[in-house]
Amino acid sequence: MSAILKISDLRVAVDGKPILKGVNLEIRQGEIHALMGPNGCGKSTLAYVVAGHPKYEITGGAIELDGVNVLELDPCQRARLGIFLAFQYPVTIPGVKVSDFLRHAVSNVRNPDRKEGEGLIPMKDFRKELKDRMSEIDIDSEFARRYLNDGFSGGEKKRMEILQLSLLRPRFAILDETDSGLDSDAVRAVSEGINKLHGPHMGVLIITHHERLLEFNKPSFTHVMLAGKIVETGDASLAHDLHANGYAAVRERHPTEAAEEQAVTVKA
Amino acid sequence: MSTDLAVQEREDQDVGVGDYQFGFHDPTDKYVFKSRRGLDREIVYQISEMKKEPKWMRDFRINSLETFFQKPMPSWGGDVGEIDFQNIFYYMKAAANLEKSWEDVPDDIRKTYDRLGIPEAEKKYLAGVKAQYESEVIYGSLQEDLAKQGVIFTDTDSALRDHPDLFREYFGKIIPPNDNKFAALNSAVWSGGSFIYVPPGVKIEFPLQAYFRINSENMGQFERTLIIVDEGASAHYVEGCTAPTYSSDSLHSAVVEIIVKRGGRFRYTTIQNWSNNVFNLVTKRAMAYGDSLMEWVDGNLGSKLTMKYPAIYLMEPGARGETLSIAFANNGQHQDAGAKMVHCAPNTSSRVVSKSISKGGGRASYRGLVKVEKGATNCKSNVVCDALILDSKSRSDTYPYIEAEDNQISLEHEASVSKIGEEQLFYLMSRGMTEAEASAMIVTGFIEPLVKELPMEYAVEMNRLIELQMEGSVG
Repeated sequence: MSAILKISDLRVAVDGKPILKGVNLEIRQGEIHALMGPNGCGKSTLAYVVAGHPKYEITGGAIELDGVNVLELDPCQRARLGIFLAFQYPVTIPGVKVSDFLRHAVSNVRNPDRKEGEGLIPMKDFRKELKDRMSEIDIDSEFARRYLNDGFSGGEKKRMEILQLSLLRPRFAILDETDSGLDSDAVRAVSEGINKLHGPHMGVLIITHHERLLEFNKPSFTHVMLAGKIVETGDASLAHDLHANGYAAVRERHPTEAAEEQAVTVKA
Repeated sequence: MSTDLAVQEREDQDVGVGDYQFGFHDPTDKYVFKSRRGLDREIVYQISEMKKEPKWMRDFRINSLETFFQKPMPSWGGDVGEIDFQNIFYYMKAAANLEKSWEDVPDDIRKTYDRLGIPEAEKKYLAGVKAQYESEVIYGSLQEDLAKQGVIFTDTDSALRDHPDLFREYFGKIIPPNDNKFAALNSAVWSGGSFIYVPPGVKIEFPLQAYFRINSENMGQFERTLIIVDEGASAHYVEGCTAPTYSSDSLHSAVVEIIVKRGGRFRYTTIQNWSNNVFNLVTKRAMAYGDSLMEWVDGNLGSKLTMKYPAIYLMEPGARGETLSIAFANNGQHQDAGAKMVHCAPNTSSRVVSKSISKGGGRASYRGLVKVEKGATNCKSNVVCDALILDSKSRSDTYPYIEAEDNQISLEHEASVSKIGEEQLFYLMSRGMTEAEASAMIVTGFIEPLVKELPMEYAVEMNRLIELQMEGSVG
């Protein structure tokens, strides 16, 4: 039976300012969804809120994973429940080796009841698995000994996110502009990586401005967000259309949201 | 002479040792000798007499005591005003003899060292061990082949007796008693400490270790260490320190003097983990001669107040000095630590890397001096201080001083202060780490550049201590 990540009427504010104004979205394991929309419409906010970033204030609605109230959980518990966010801007952690970080992450996510200080997964098994996954995504094994994202190029950071995705094998993955800032070779590498990982056990939400990522990972559903709401849902052809023609037609079809969008932009 | 053995011991109060795992203590009723509380000429005479010292040392002590009384308390650094010098025990001898085998060490004391893991470590990776308990070194060992090569590793009292000429040539020359108030105090009441001599060209591969343990409440420990690394020789000395947790304070005030002769290399590593009721006021100084390398690796995790600025005087061309220090200031702690580099000759170089972490209301300060004497052309000095502050209650300060009398030099100073980042925490937590685990990982990463310089066993211990400090820290 496949699990469902269900977002209902989600309302979120930052510093008192509403950003998400009633988002509804249902993703089943195995499905690929695309989330598109102009800058500032709330896409990344949605990604952060699902992962549990503390700076967002939930003012209404719910997020559930198979009936579990996700909003009550801290980011660590959400990760252990099977939610993964591939960051648009992965953070640098100086002095922490990639392999140590990954071994802790994998130990926690695969053994959700693990307490601090309890055993990690055996080094030998982990090393082998890490090496295999790294070669699949075409990351030099030397990166295992480097400090996490320290001095990595944009493309290397994004590959590191995909490597984490492949090791943590979440039930639901949100990819927040994983293709941004990458040249076309890097986008191809990342896209292929995701394509290899995707399967019946992983639901994926791809947030993107571009179409490239979606060429390799064809979405069953495309959602368009405008001023903090999902205003349209279609299939892969919607993504293609938006990419070709922009958001003008969407704004025309949804004048209320377009006006709100305007108001926010003017105020800012 | 009144030898007040019947000191009224207060009932040991039941003080929660908290997360500090070395807070236990042994009974003190079987001690061989215990001075009365307080400090005066009589106590100093008594110590000297107990040790059967030559007259010159007794005079040295008495003169130092006068200097101590004359010098004002330092008005900078940490708050030393609450030290009650008349409430301290200046000398305690817990065991009659210095033993060469752990089996011969009195049971209570041996058990303490077992709990600290010292005998075990000795078997595995140490070239020699000294264990100081209260005022005296109670155990000593050195690998036989090193002894055959002429290496001396003994306690400082034995060195005065057994190697009087070598001892007198260097003792008190690097740090004279009038250097500062606490150096004067140590010079008056010193006891124990390590004496090391490494003959020319002898390279000691494994570390020599000393372990300092305070056991009694209101104890003053004043070890005196003197190390001479002869030409082309090399060695690594490591010291660790712990004490029980008591409700009132103890004082640790050591003096460490080091000479590294031409082409020699020496590294002095300290992992200081005193309990949070110990004032740790230490003077450490090395003189490095031509083309030698002197390194201080200084980890300060414990104590109530630490004031310690290991110094290196670069005496001849080609001498290099390096200080790597880590300070962790938790609730109720003030770590005022740093480094001093004095360039006395041309073509000398120094580097200071200091990392401090403050948490739970703790205060960490970096205080450092780089001094270039006139004529010391072509010197290079690089100082990097990074501070990590874990919460809004805690504090970090940097006090860098530069005095340059020559201008053909290159001096660099970089300092950074950062708060533990919400984004870093969120990133790690989103990968399944708990908040405490994520914080510990960030802190461990922050000090990694220094920890990787430690021998493996110490690096593991250091990381474990940091994790202990981080546990239960977030709620």
